[in-house]
Amino acid sequence: MTFSAELEARFEKMIGQYPPGRQKGALIPMLLYAQDETGQITDELIDEVSRRLSVNKVEVEEVLGYYTMLHRERRGRHHLQICTNVACMLVGGEELWHHACHKLGIGNKQTTADGQFSLEEVECIGACSWAPALIDNYDFHLNVTPEKLDALIESLRGQQ
Amino acid sequence: MLFNEPHPLEVKVLTKRFEYPQKDPIWIDEFLAKEGYAGIRKALEMTPEAIIEEVKKSSLRGRGGAGFPTGLKWGFVDRNSPKPKYIVVNADEGEPGTCKDRVLMENDPHMLIEGCLIAGRAINSNRGWIYIRGEYRYLIDILDKAIEEAYARGYLGENIQGSGWTFHLSTHTGAGSYECGEESALLESLEGKRGNPRLKPPFPATSGAFQCPTIVNNVETYCAVPSIILNGGEWYAGLGTPRNGGTRMVCLSGHLNRPGVYEVPLGYNLKQLIEEFGGGVWKGRKLKAVIPGGSSSPILTADEIDIPADYDSLAKAGSMLGSGATMVLDETVDMVKLAHRVMKFYAHESCGWCIPCREGTAWLEKMLRRLDEGVGVTRDIDMVGQLSQSMLGRTFCALGDAAAMPTISIVQKFRHEFEAKLAGAKVFMPAPETQPLVVL
Repeated sequence: MTFSAELEARFEKMIGQYPPGRQKGALIPMLLYAQDETGQITDELIDEVSRRLSVNKVEVEEVLGYYTMLHRERRGRHHLQICTNVACMLVGGEELWHHACHKLGIGNKQTTADGQFSLEEVECIGACSWAPALIDNYDFHLNVTPEKLDALIESLRGQQ
Repeated sequence: MLFNEPHPLEVKVLTKRFEYPQKDPIWIDEFLAKEGYAGIRKALEMTPEAIIEEVKKSSLRGRGGAGFPTGLKWGFVDRNSPKPKYIVVNADEGEPGTCKDRVLMENDPHMLIEGCLIAGRAINSNRGWIYIRGEYRYLIDILDKAIEEAYARGYLGENIQGSGWTFHLSTHTGAGSYECGEESALLESLEGKRGNPRLKPPFPATSGAFQCPTIVNNVETYCAVPSIILNGGEWYAGLGTPRNGGTRMVCLSGHLNRPGVYEVPLGYNLKQLIEEFGGGVWKGRKLKAVIPGGSSSPILTADEIDIPADYDSLAKAGSMLGSGATMVLDETVDMVKLAHRVMKFYAHESCGWCIPCREGTAWLEKMLRRLDEGVGVTRDIDMVGQLSQSMLGRTFCALGDAAAMPTISIVQKFRHEFEAKLAGAKVFMPAPETQPLVVL
């Protein structure tokens, strides 16, 4: 399995950043960065990463079961993560979440039929002073209102 | 860049280089022009003992939440150990309500690098990692660029500024776990494992990253160090209150006219902070309660907040300064719903490693949900308190305590709301209207 030249260079550098023999340290970053490129964690990717870091496949599986950002299923091209934790909840985070569900016709961790959007209700994303907030893939959107969310969804739809 | 406004009452130490609006991060040329890396140049002339002594004098305490004296922590590391010594930055900002570290890293990434360098020099370390939560991907890009600049200009790598000393630094991403903000779980994650906490002792100072002596500090703690070295520990200590030196970033959120991240001296009056910096409670409503240090901290009612916001005063008031995340609640907030939401978070984030927390948070979440829906029984209210009490101090890490403490305080201080809700009284904060979902 090969990755883009950029990612290959990053991996090579990364492995050298952990003590000799302890390259397993690179496991979680490697999985996340690879997932960004492949869209999901596949069996092939697990094999590849375990080979490159000389770790057991089960050690990779162990980590996959723990970290919420690593996922084996394919998600929408735009994975919208809406925060409903306290700071967001106080200023309309839950309303925003329900609005998004109805707008897209999907629930938590579901993907639209066209594969364009997926939704996830997430815990605090560190945007509390600019709440309510959401993340589209890795882009933060702050002080979001239902109207702003509608506009965002429309503009992302237009991008395809 | 994040929208942030200055406030005339701020005391600017960490934010001294910020401009408003700050269009780009402060890259190395601008950083050097504004006293940047002067702290490490000075530290290179000092002995490790003198650096630690200066940090001790500053009475700097950990800004992540626990408030442990930083100089003391650094002093625990055996500098002459034959093992490598490591520096780890906890940038896994996840405590609900907290959004300060990102402001520092986004605007002034080199300040963090400089703090790491000084800490590295103090414990005779040659390597460090900045552990950043996965959601902050854009900050990894900013920090990677800043690290590259520092390597190119001889502030990282071999023979730093001709001193013969080597220090390497890199970023390391998390992948979605609140628990990894706990230092020993963070170290597990850094080693490529599940973020389960370690049994302590040994503490990281003896056996940390890769079983070597390590110091783990919060982003803001490292960022304060260059100014301490440059201006002296006594100067920094003088900015705050006794045993609570310096300034800190506060994240104001919730029902305020002007939420935002501000830098204030430690010991600033909490009530004034909300009124002067936060612009008071929004919509002309009355204040009901304040969560002063992230969702783990016990809640304070409106008449308990006329106190200095420092570690000791808040502890005396039965709460904690925590991560400086101040969430303000107006009179319309349904406290049962709040207690439920807080517990839902901890139940979701419990790593499952030890039973009191794994089972306790899950059961509490169920009971609080039932109470929130108004269908519980009165006995449940007492049981929530008892179950929380029995979780306190009985878990591997502080997550169990973090879940129990706010819950105990909410039940204690707002018991009448739990009772009223069970009696079928009006729900204060209306639940959002929901319709059945159309699943495609």
